Amino acid sequence: MTEALEILFTASFWVAAIRIASPLIFATMGELICERAGVLNLGIEGIMTVGAFAGWFTVYSGGDLWTGVLIAALAGAAFGFLHATLTVPLGLSQHVVGIGITLLATSLTYFTYRLALPEVTSPPKIEPFATLPIPGLARIPIIGEALFSQTPLTYLAFVSVVLVAWVLYKTPLGLAIRAAGENPSAVEAQGISVTAIRMGAVMAGSALMAVGGAFLTMSAFNSFFFNMINGRGWICIALVVFGSWRPGKALIGAILFAAFDAYQVRLQQLSGGVVPYQVFLMLPYILSILALVLVARRATYPKALMIPYQKGER
Amino acid sequence: MPSNTITRFGAPTRRNLLKAAGAGTALAALGGFSTRAFAQEKLKVAAIYTVPFEQQWVSRLHQAANTAKDRGDIEYVATENVANTDYERVMREYAEAGNKLILGEVFGVEDAARSVAADYPDVAFLMGSSFKPDDALPNFSTFDNYIQDASYLTGLIAGAMTKSKNIGMVGGYPIPEVNRLMNAFMAGVKEVAPDTKFQVSFIGSWFDPPKAKETAFAQIDGGADLLYAERFGVSDAAKEKGVLAIGNVIDTQADYPETVVASALWHFEPTLDHAIAQVKAGTFKAEDYGIYSFMKEGGCSIAPLGTFDSKVPDEIKAMVTEKEKAIKDGSFTVEIDDSEPKSS
Repeated sequence: MTEALEILFTASFWVAAIRIASPLIFATMGELICERAGVLNLGIEGIMTVGAFAGWFTVYSGGDLWTGVLIAALAGAAFGFLHATLTVPLGLSQHVVGIGITLLATSLTYFTYRLALPEVTSPPKIEPFATLPIPGLARIPIIGEALFSQTPLTYLAFVSVVLVAWVLYKTPLGLAIRAAGENPSAVEAQGISVTAIRMGAVMAGSALMAVGGAFLTMSAFNSFFFNMINGRGWICIALVVFGSWRPGKALIGAILFAAFDAYQVRLQQLSGGVVPYQVFLMLPYILSILALVLVARRATYPKALMIPYQKGER
Repeated sequence: MPSNTITRFGAPTRRNLLKAAGAGTALAALGGFSTRAFAQEKLKVAAIYTVPFEQQWVSRLHQAANTAKDRGDIEYVATENVANTDYERVMREYAEAGNKLILGEVFGVEDAARSVAADYPDVAFLMGSSFKPDDALPNFSTFDNYIQDASYLTGLIAGAMTKSKNIGMVGGYPIPEVNRLMNAFMAGVKEVAPDTKFQVSFIGSWFDPPKAKETAFAQIDGGADLLYAERFGVSDAAKEKGVLAIGNVIDTQADYPETVVASALWHFEPTLDHAIAQVKAGTFKAEDYGIYSFMKEGGCSIAPLGTFDSKVPDEIKAMVTEKEKAIKDGSFTVEIDDSEPKSS
């Protein structure tokens, strides 16, 4: 039992937790932007796959790592544009469009992969982002090591949280985005186009999701696999609710979920084979559901979420 | 339509024809009564995989089928990434298309696959399966990668190479195919280093290398200095942390020259070639092809030690050679244990 608790005080555990959290942080921020503007983006799982492939393939084809991140973001934004076109001006069901985007994006990605690499015996590798310890800060025990001995993309994930929070709460643009999700007519009354705000938010959010996917192929690992997103996108949808649509709380949710995951792989080794491994695999999800039940009761969701806006309609 | 179908119909070159004739003679000898002309007629073979061609297990099937195709024995088409929910449909499509031998893996669709086979009695099905064939379904044979012989030998090497006497093992799911090899590997390790502690984890996915890598990191944190790399991602963790790894099914030492000590290789050729011969001879029946993966049949081997040749102690190398000989001549048998391995 003490062994199980000791894990929580090792630096490597927290390093792993932050590393596992990184792709979730990007994608959760992306989903959060979309939902704050009033659009539920269920294309997230597919858009993350697109990002994972686009970023990796750019580097594989000779581009540098940051170009890869940029291409991933642009590819994500392109799918975001498709999603937004269907759901915002055309006002189609956000559920159906989102699932459709996920199916299209995952299949199209794999199709592209196979066209580009028809005969490979093992998945090709790239040289991924290396860890970049921040001098000084990385030497602080546990917390410093966990936060400051990561790859540049993890730092970018934290920057994205600050940026999203700042834009949403401190800028006129953020006000317009939040209002588009609460009371779109009020936005229109100000002479701002709800369509433009929502489409922009979905595209920007999708770009972030794609970078989250790219983290998996360019930082956590070094090659692309079909299905490697493995449900991480769906977790992010839950994390947005967990965070009551607030960037800071959503960040905590992502880290918490990742910590549960890092904890369960370590607990599996301690049990001596008494507890079935499935119990451990379930652990992060069960704990997340519990946390969701406790936290989400007081959550206030954007009032206009999933309600299409037609100009002039009452 | 099955997606991503790879089909190549090259005009037969003279060399291929000669090869085919050669193979035909061999097959005629095997099949007993088939004539050369009959054997030269290419057998139509189709494969259905639930994962991409690059996946370790499937890559061995794909490679063996391509070898048979290049040799001129068969025409070969394959579909990858077929979801289990679609599997039955694709099986039927290939059966309707006139293929005579259908190859694949039915670990997730055991019942459905058998009902398709019952509907197409003239088509031979050779399927990777956790279960045994049934005489009531004579056109449905099963196989799996019974490479416990090679896994056992890599275990001997691992036992000698681990200094901390702590070995980490990351698997996808504890199904017989995975358990069997893990248990054989562990038996090999215990033979050399009886006190070794094992950390066993399953990640609940065949394709999540980042997760496999995280799990491997956790085992290294837990004191492992050698990892059994059943999944993609494990060798990467070992490489990053400077510990050793043992490969499984495929040889990845070229990618990890300082990490992968030895690998247990699976060769699907004996299994496939036996099936091709049976179908061509018209004698295909419900049979357990598992034995064609055994070391005595040439179905598995231990990869050359390569970069680790000078690092593995000589007495262990001698022991491996000796055991290998004993396995091949039948004086030693590696136990087949399908139970789920546990952390110790």
